[in-house]
Amino acid sequence: MRSMSPAEILALVLRAALMLAAMACVAGPWLFSLNDLSLLTEFFTLLTLALMWNLLAGYADIISVGQHAFVGIGAYAFYGLTVLAKVDPWMAIAGAMAITFLLAIPAMAVIFRLRMAYLAVGTWVVAEVFLLVAGKLPGFGGGSGVSLPIPIVKAFGGSLSGRTQTIYFMSLVLAVAAFLATWALLRSRIGLGLTAMRDNEEAAGSAGVNLRRVRILSFLWTAPFLGLAGVLVTLQKLRIAPAASFSIMDWTIFIIFIVVIGGIGSLEGPIIGTIVFFLLRENLSGYGAWYPIILGAVSIAVILTEPRGLWGLWRRFNTLEVIPVSHRIGAPVDDKTIEP
Amino acid sequence: MSARSVSAETAAPLLSVEKLSVYYDQFRATHDIDLCVSAGEIVSIIGANGAGKSSFLKALVRQVDRSSGVLRFAGMDLAAMSTPQIVAAGVALVPEGRRLFPSLTVFENLRIGWELGRRGPIDYKKVYEWFPVLSERADQPARVLSGGQQQMVALGRALLTNPRLLLCDEISLGLAPVVIGQLYEIIPKIRDSGIGIVVVEQDIGRSLAVADRFYCFLEGRVSLSGRPGDVDRDVIMQHYFGL
Amino acid sequence: MLVTILNLVVQGVLTGGLYALFAIGLSISFGVMRFINIAHGDLIVLASFLLMTFANAFGLNPFVAAVMMLPAAFIFGYGLQRVLLQRIVGKNVLPVILVTFGLAIIIQNGLLEIYGPDTRKLSGGAIEVASINLGGLIDIGVYPLAIFLTAVATLAFLDFFFHRSAIGARIRAVTDDPQAAALIGLSPARIYSFAMGIVMVTIVIAACCMSVWSNFDPAIGPSRLLTAFEAVAMGGLGSLWGTLAGGIMLGVAQNFGAQFDAAWQTLAQHLLFLVVLALRPQGLFSKG
Repeated sequence: MRSMSPAEILALVLRAALMLAAMACVAGPWLFSLNDLSLLTEFFTLLTLALMWNLLAGYADIISVGQHAFVGIGAYAFYGLTVLAKVDPWMAIAGAMAITFLLAIPAMAVIFRLRMAYLAVGTWVVAEVFLLVAGKLPGFGGGSGVSLPIPIVKAFGGSLSGRTQTIYFMSLVLAVAAFLATWALLRSRIGLGLTAMRDNEEAAGSAGVNLRRVRILSFLWTAPFLGLAGVLVTLQKLRIAPAASFSIMDWTIFIIFIVVIGGIGSLEGPIIGTIVFFLLRENLSGYGAWYPIILGAVSIAVILTEPRGLWGLWRRFNTLEVIPVSHRIGAPVDDKTIEP
Repeated sequence: MSARSVSAETAAPLLSVEKLSVYYDQFRATHDIDLCVSAGEIVSIIGANGAGKSSFLKALVRQVDRSSGVLRFAGMDLAAMSTPQIVAAGVALVPEGRRLFPSLTVFENLRIGWELGRRGPIDYKKVYEWFPVLSERADQPARVLSGGQQQMVALGRALLTNPRLLLCDEISLGLAPVVIGQLYEIIPKIRDSGIGIVVVEQDIGRSLAVADRFYCFLEGRVSLSGRPGDVDRDVIMQHYFGL
Repeated sequence: MLVTILNLVVQGVLTGGLYALFAIGLSISFGVMRFINIAHGDLIVLASFLLMTFANAFGLNPFVAAVMMLPAAFIFGYGLQRVLLQRIVGKNVLPVILVTFGLAIIIQNGLLEIYGPDTRKLSGGAIEVASINLGGLIDIGVYPLAIFLTAVATLAFLDFFFHRSAIGARIRAVTDDPQAAALIGLSPARIYSFAMGIVMVTIVIAACCMSVWSNFDPAIGPSRLLTAFEAVAMGGLGSLWGTLAGGIMLGVAQNFGAQFDAAWQTLAQHLLFLVVLALRPQGLFSKG
């Protein structure tokens, strides 16, 4: 067996670290405090959002500034199903995901009439419409929202620690599911098309990739995950409200910053970005309005100097993927990818 | 003093290019080109598609990614100048594909040239004298003109900068033979006013007919140069195609 | 009943003048430089706060102060393009959104830090309450009418400027074909910066009109952007007068919506936009 290059060793080490971290997360409740579990729940929720936005923007060339719409829809659908329609809370979760998926269809139909920059702001307008409508729905608390009734909350665990652990595992499952689903998608035929689109959309089109179909599928693919994230957010905050459930800042803008800083167009990027985001937040939280200012400034700097983010910076020196999504042509010889 | 009273060999050349290499990323479009043009002479550059002719012209006005070599124009170092400075110094390019501004009128297209260049003997009156159809259509948007008329606008725009050196990139491309003939009747008149002209063409016949000297480009290098009268047509064809 | 509807329409049209003013700058930056400046609304709010500080510091009437600010506005716009926005010209939509969104966040939070979250309003004097009576049927506020006329005058001036002046021709040339412009010796960077200077001037005009008419605070930038964007998109790319039409449509729709409640006011505007764009994605008066 031939010896490995430093690059290969490094990639292996990183993969091992990733595995260890994953195992630690699975053993979470036994390793971490309740506070830490809550933080990790938030982490996994944001990571899911980042993975979804990255899929659309980094591969399918759909720059959405409106994904918070589906987070809010998930939240309100969950509330509506479980509180108003008296559906079992666990069933309501699945129902919320389904409703988010269904509402993504007309949204998509409208948005896809627009192109490029129009599309981005168009998604924002669509999100605003959902926000305003949610605020007018009878029974949902209007403009100021409403809290989750105690019985519903207790359905996820009688004690605070029990609930925290349950929700933690839900978020972990969500993040893992989002991750695996995206990974599987990228390794599939659709994924081949998406990677081709990421690298060169025009060439992809002329090579036979059905751009329109890939875009539609990608957009709809992300909807249920976003909806589920909305449910989790509601379970953590214990209430729904238009401004909070449909918060553009929390569920879209911060997510965009995360993906761009971490590295768009890769699977490693959103993970890195979410970690950096939490580090910045924990360290800068005392500085009030300066925190978003710094975040904004860093994003600008990143996109202007290294558009592929921190992961892109890493890739300049080390071309091996830590999370392999590339396809090998013919018999695998070694792990070196063909990607630049 | 007419520029033609001094022979091209003894006067200091208006444009002197030494070892020009042009690069687009990793691709090398020209290799160590040596070339010179004098005032009041027409120099023709012929060559097949991809021979490096357009890249050469663009390098002269500094619209390429990277280049190396010496570019001297009227005592100035073109390599150290920006495109607006070069135009103001007296080098005008008639770009490949005409590249007019479609939503501007004929007059507005011409005016841009007038504003960017130097003052000199050429004014709107002179341009309308050379190309009468332009004065008839001065207020029409450039995009409604025929190909030949658009080429005249492009030439007029370049001429209104009062250049000392006029670079014409494939002005006959896509035009009917009659129209090409009209254009090439005007070229010697422009030369007679003292301007040095570089004519880049794929069509050998026309350009060699008006040229005082020619260079043949092959795969980015000068494969042959001389006077059209001194060289056999067959020899030229061989160096054109690299046979 | 008819009078009520007529009143709503007229008030809506006048409001549309303000929206057109919001939108003009966006129309220029999108039409010329081809990017959507997401910070556009926040720049309007920034201009409003700066106008307030300047006017208060020197005890000036806001209109006078605004006129005095115009040259500085031009220089600011020129510099902003030259230093920052020029780096995203011609690029993919993602860097554009990132940079302008980042800029928007910085401006919003910077204003929050410096001025706090309270709403402000500038006083324009007697003109604010004056009104004219039309045919005994409707009362029109003199100030809204003045804003509408300002919008029309600004549009007319810009139309003239872009189509009759030499520098307007250069701007249109670079808009047509930046590469060809560079080939023959124009500097797209300088021309874009000039255009951005004009954009900032229109932003100050819009800010002045807005800050006297209604309240403003650091957080309203995004809603101004959406209004401006919708007016431009409905009007059509490249059409300045289309922007006025778009603004008027938004104003009228909003006014009808407001009869129900505040949420319907905004919903009406967004729904109108989505319907128009769904039917005619390139806008109503697009020049293609």
